[in-house]
Amino acid sequence: MFRRRGERYVATLAVDEVRVLRKVASEVVGLLTEGFDHTDPVVGRLFPEVYPDDSAGTAEFRKYTEGDLKTGKIDQAGAVLAALPDSAGGEVQLDAEAAEAWLRALNDARLAMGVRLEIKDGTDLGAELDEAVAADPSSSRVFQLSVYAYLGYLQESLLNAMID
Amino acid sequence: MGGMAAPQVAPVETPDTEEVPVSDRPWVTIVWDDPVNLMSYVTWVFQKLFGYSRERAEKLMLDVHHKGRAVVSSGARERMEHDAAQLHAYGLWATVERS
Repeated sequence: MFRRRGERYVATLAVDEVRVLRKVASEVVGLLTEGFDHTDPVVGRLFPEVYPDDSAGTAEFRKYTEGDLKTGKIDQAGAVLAALPDSAGGEVQLDAEAAEAWLRALNDARLAMGVRLEIKDGTDLGAELDEAVAADPSSSRVFQLSVYAYLGYLQESLLNAMID
Repeated sequence: MGGMAAPQVAPVETPDTEEVPVSDRPWVTIVWDDPVNLMSYVTWVFQKLFGYSRERAEKLMLDVHHKGRAVVSSGARERMEHDAAQLHAYGLWATVERS
């Protein structure tokens, strides 16, 4: 979890955490670069229709804003990948700019996973996880739910360190 | 709103989204509730993007959370599209509509 040290935000990450963060950041980059598709609900959530009742207006808006938005999101995920230790666990140190990029990238990753996991208002993550473990402890859903919960804790710890 | 005379007083300090004349403010930016974004993060984004006080940003965030949506800025259409694009960059679910 992140804490503030002088002008920097630092966290000591275990090897599994590094692996997970590399995986989710790479997946966001992949989503935005290969086969980018507005009908994918994840893309729909990261790039919302600005005029839900006006597809022409939305298309016009996207024409002018989507390139920058996409580049920004790819760069944010890139900032996560760039700051991670090479292979083993270790310390991550972020300056203010990198911390903001991480905050946004962690949020994008959580949004993407939230859509795939069908997280709803009032979803009890603990209960979901218990249910998934009872059904099949080795399932991908158990792993995904754990990662989603972890990213939330990590994002919140970084935000708390930044606003302290 | 046409026909209303602008009050002849010195401008008070307000966020820059409020600076456009009333007659040019028929558009609003709406932020919608979503089950993923952390409440603390949404508050932080409102403070960061709009320069709102912590108190005002928190109230807006709670409006979004409890009512499902809230107007976060109002002004000229281009300005609202700019706000919406920035909110999208932070992962908030924002739309623009006529107020």
